[in-house]
Amino acid sequence: MRAPVILLFFAAGAFAAGPDSCMTCHTAMDDAATGPSALIKNDVHIAHGLSCADCHGGDRTNDDPDASMSKAKGFKGKPARSAIPKFCASCHSNPDYMRRYAPRERVDQFELYQTSVHGKRLAAGDANVATCIDCHSVHDIRAVKDSMSPVHPLHVAETCSRCHSDKQKMAAYKIPTNQFEEYRTSVHWQALSKRGDLSAPSCASCHGNHGAKPPEVESVSAVCGTCHVLFEQLYTKSVHKAVFSGEGGGGGCIVCHSNHAIHQPSTAMLTGPNAVCSGCHEAGSKPAEAATQMAGWIDGLDGALQQSEAVLTKAEKYGMEVSEAQVRLIDGREDLVKSRLNLHSMQTEDVRKPVEAGMAVAKETGKAGEDALREKDFRRLGLAVSVVLIGIAILAIRGLIRRIESNGDGGAAAAHE
Amino acid sequence: MSITEIKSKTLDWLDERTGWRMATDLLDHKVVPQHAGTAWYYFGGITLFLIGVQLFTGVLLLLYYRPTVAEAFDSVRFIMTRVEFGWLIRSIHSWSANLLILSAFIHMFSVAFTRSYQRPRELTWLSGIVLLGLMLGFGFSGYLLPWNMISYFATKVGTDVAGTMPVAGPTLARFLRGGEDVGAATLTRFFDFHVMILPLLTFALIGVHLLLVQKNGMHTPSGIPPSKLAHMKFFPNFFLRELMVWYGVLAVLGTLAAMFPWELGEKADPFASAPAGIRPEWYFLAQFYTLKLIPSHVWIFEGELLGLLGFGALAAVWVLLPFWGTRANGEPRTRLTAGVGIFLICYLITFTYLGYVK
Repeated sequence: MRAPVILLFFAAGAFAAGPDSCMTCHTAMDDAATGPSALIKNDVHIAHGLSCADCHGGDRTNDDPDASMSKAKGFKGKPARSAIPKFCASCHSNPDYMRRYAPRERVDQFELYQTSVHGKRLAAGDANVATCIDCHSVHDIRAVKDSMSPVHPLHVAETCSRCHSDKQKMAAYKIPTNQFEEYRTSVHWQALSKRGDLSAPSCASCHGNHGAKPPEVESVSAVCGTCHVLFEQLYTKSVHKAVFSGEGGGGGCIVCHSNHAIHQPSTAMLTGPNAVCSGCHEAGSKPAEAATQMAGWIDGLDGALQQSEAVLTKAEKYGMEVSEAQVRLIDGREDLVKSRLNLHSMQTEDVRKPVEAGMAVAKETGKAGEDALREKDFRRLGLAVSVVLIGIAILAIRGLIRRIESNGDGGAAAAHE
Repeated sequence: MSITEIKSKTLDWLDERTGWRMATDLLDHKVVPQHAGTAWYYFGGITLFLIGVQLFTGVLLLLYYRPTVAEAFDSVRFIMTRVEFGWLIRSIHSWSANLLILSAFIHMFSVAFTRSYQRPRELTWLSGIVLLGLMLGFGFSGYLLPWNMISYFATKVGTDVAGTMPVAGPTLARFLRGGEDVGAATLTRFFDFHVMILPLLTFALIGVHLLLVQKNGMHTPSGIPPSKLAHMKFFPNFFLRELMVWYGVLAVLGTLAAMFPWELGEKADPFASAPAGIRPEWYFLAQFYTLKLIPSHVWIFEGELLGLLGFGALAAVWVLLPFWGTRANGEPRTRLTAGVGIFLICYLITFTYLGYVK
């Protein structure tokens, strides 16, 4: 028995600087390949020099299992599921302790968790809800910034979906399970997964992470406004605010944009068969007419800017210098963005002003592009005329040489050198 | 007194005071050998013509160009977009600069392969090589003047490479930049080199080069027996042919300028990161790519230093071609010189191509 123990001692050396009886024994157990000792090598706690005993208690320096895992040595063992948040909080809610390892880490996770739907249900005796380990994993807990972590921004949605897309698990709570499916069609998912923009929102950005709960109807716009600040400001002043955010209103921004399946907005949301406005406003009504008018303006500006850009790109391909106009075109695009933004105030005048400014830019830059193309044609005509004149000059010189040399005034036949 | 008499008396009066008939006598008696390789003679003239084009267009550009960091880029854009035919002048200046260096290289290799550098033309060869170096200096200094992103970062790389030269490297880099980094002082200096120092040196050396050509005459390939060698008068016969070639080059220049106007790029931003695919002008690409291939450290040497020493050794061998290309008894080392020339051409073409595509 002693020989294997010594061998295991050296094997465990890979994980801890000093002798660690927890590692020594658990590495030798039947479940070693799948158990805690196999997982723990990637754990952030181990990387910071902590060991099994720092969470589970006991005396890691003692080889005798009975002594090392005795209550006298503070051994806590495997915590009950309902006790896990408090178990983790014993360190993570202790500012003095956390400062040693992660000085900027928040220490209010447990406090927030208790306000969350998960935390409240757990307190009410529902042990099926998510606790720390369901999201962060157990024994192979990685730092959030680690791209392999289940709570890394790129993986949060998938981690939440492990439970929230499970119809069987969610049946008892009577909540939908299509959020992840819908989210994966959204612009937010596109930004996160395709562009790699880690600041793009996933579940926790809107619902909160430790204090996770669905936003209340009246606070939806505030949640969206965290990122879409100007949109929220305009929406708050609009007639829609009172209607959408009031009782039975559907919840602010999501009335038009949906919640999880937020798609690229377009003017098709304002007018036409798929217009979201038509859900409330009848065709031909004043608001519907206003929406159609604003959509027309915005589409008109978009088209005009695209046309100008195409002309400028064509001129640039011919090597014409149109950089000033291209820089000016950016102003037009900003006007387009502004008109789309101002739409949220639902005041036609707010949309008309940037559209007019943008149309002026589109006209100006389009003219610059057309001028450049005309200049290109002029240059080529000039080139053709010049080449013809040069050709005539060359032929004339050739004729002159022939005339000179036919008069016998050409070569000096005698050797010079 | 008839008009003919007035003209004759006037010319006599001028000749008495200026001796201009000496020049016409010289032209009357100057001849050019006629053989299979006569076409190579035109490249010296083409190079001279393109230098003239550079001078003419350069002076016109100076009317509007402003050599300060704040105004350089905008002034070039102004030339290209607002000044009548400014785009043509700037594009011709840029294209002509490139054709000039190409023509100078062809001229140099034609001289090398026809062994025109042999006694007594060693100094003609040396003055020509220095002139080629000055042309490259024009290219390097002129590249920065529009103050765009590519030129800014290429100059940074170029002066960094100069800084790795042994002993004088850091001092040379500081001298070129006018400080520790490429900035306002560098632009002023490069402008000064481009429009004042290099032109003065070039005109002086062109004078020396042409005088030496005049003194020693045109070289004739050694394989042709004197009895079979014909000559044509330089003026007007050869000169008119050269004029035809110049017109042809002018047509090429005009076509390049009109069809492919020289682009301006983006204004230099010293705080931006270097743009991807940054590289120097084509005539420095072979060296640039070679330096990229050399590991950062080779034994105890820095890679760049080793590369520079290699270029220096190769350049020294090439410059001294007239002195080792001929044996003590006057016999040419034909195979050796041709081999070195072919190696150099293959190296330049291959590495320039690789530097362009990779």
